[in-house]
Amino acid sequence: MNTLTQIRFVWKPIVLLLSLVPAVLVATDTFDITGSLGANPVEEIQDRFGNWGLRFILITLAVTPLRRITGWNWLTRFRRMFGLIAFFYVVMHFLAWMILDQGVLWSAIVEDIAERPFITLGFTALLILTAMAITSTNAMRRRLGKRWQQLHYGAYVVGVLGVWHYWWQVKKDIQEPLIYAAILGVLLGVRLWKRYASAQRIRIDRV
Amino acid sequence: MLIGRPSDIRPSEITSKDNYVNRRQFIKAGAAAGGIALAPSAFAAVVPRNEFAKLPDISSSKFSTDEAPTSFDDVTTYNNYWEFGTAKQDPAIHTTEFEPLPWRITVDGHAEKTGSFEFDDFIKPFDLEERIYRMRCVEAWSMVIPWVGISLADVVKRYQPTSKAKYVAFETLQDPRRMPGQKRQVLEWPYREGLTIEEATNPLAILAVGLYGEALPNPNGAPIRLVVPWKYGFKGIKGIVRISFVEKRPASSWNIAQPWEYGFYANVNPDVSHPRWSQARERRIGSDRFAAKQPTLMFNGYGEQVAHLYKDLDLRKNY
Repeated sequence: MNTLTQIRFVWKPIVLLLSLVPAVLVATDTFDITGSLGANPVEEIQDRFGNWGLRFILITLAVTPLRRITGWNWLTRFRRMFGLIAFFYVVMHFLAWMILDQGVLWSAIVEDIAERPFITLGFTALLILTAMAITSTNAMRRRLGKRWQQLHYGAYVVGVLGVWHYWWQVKKDIQEPLIYAAILGVLLGVRLWKRYASAQRIRIDRV
Repeated sequence: MLIGRPSDIRPSEITSKDNYVNRRQFIKAGAAAGGIALAPSAFAAVVPRNEFAKLPDISSSKFSTDEAPTSFDDVTTYNNYWEFGTAKQDPAIHTTEFEPLPWRITVDGHAEKTGSFEFDDFIKPFDLEERIYRMRCVEAWSMVIPWVGISLADVVKRYQPTSKAKYVAFETLQDPRRMPGQKRQVLEWPYREGLTIEEATNPLAILAVGLYGEALPNPNGAPIRLVVPWKYGFKGIKGIVRISFVEKRPASSWNIAQPWEYGFYANVNPDVSHPRWSQARERRIGSDRFAAKQPTLMFNGYGEQVAHLYKDLDLRKNY
């Protein structure tokens, strides 16, 4: 079996299954099989899905820099899958909020999205992620051509909105959002630095 | 049975006494197995030293609600008590070795009688009453808690505040060795709160020393904490070591930290949103796990007792 087949039929399914463990734990904890959701299960479910959504957004953004540093080009094969897993967790986070927290009370949902800045941010991130998920197939990529790349730069915006959404939601103790912000800063920072470095190179070449 | 429960409570909603007693035995067994020294009962001097530190001679109160009390488990494992960490489960985890007694309470400021008192001497003059109150957190969740406490009005009366005493200020213990959460400056320590003298002498206000008929558990602010059920939970300062009668409005911790979000009054008010979330509805902890939120009531439903205190006040400005 060559490496590409191995990645496709062995490693990707394994990584996918592992990535879904937190979601399975939400289900089993709900029925007190593996643990419990504590005194406020609705909040706990929202928080866990939201946290994992943000973690997978950062993991997805880490693929390219990590590939450059290590030279492990096969990492790219996992990037779309990680992005879709992030999308899955963010959708679950949104559904938990909409159904369990808000009780599908449309007036409250619309009011919250419109009037609470941190919810507006999260909802915007969800819209961008949705557009990216829909256009993530090879066929869509071919069809959209150049515009596909532009749309999928949205991943950076989603990262910023996601961390901001979390930061704005916590009451006062920003320790955890700060950790996410620092990681995001590094992931976006290396890209800026690389752009700057290559721009310098071009300038030197022209001279 | 210490707590008369109305008959319309679904059994699933409450942890039975047997259950939480078992739970505690289980925890104690676990703690003993882990070699952790068990804290002696919090009421060593005033109550018989039995396993659960049951409080004696508790009378009931007309102010009690007949709503279903939140289970002992939920009341003691889902807390905001940042002296022991900022996550809701932190106080239950990080207070297992906290020994509330001995405990001294200082009463000072504009009053005829002042001084520093041992906890038992401080509460001895007063009657213990059970008050089953709704508790509404500013984070839009709520509980129904069977407190045992003493009337704050009685306490105030005993120390005879002078005409200069316009406010009552409270302070929590500051001791990062005993309260490890204080090692991080997430709030300005010690935690401080305050009430107007009229609020402090309102019959609803109590200093709680117990819960479910037993000594106040550590995560809930042992050995003594404030309960003002018409205000958001953060006004209910825990682990009180100082009560001061003062002339000027005292500082309150959340107001210092984020004045645009947390005011001095902090009355429960469904019409005035927190800048980042709505206060119109609340999630009742422990009622059907996935039940819809319920509407929040003005003054948390205690308007009859307290609305007159604020009749000349713009509650939008004085949030």
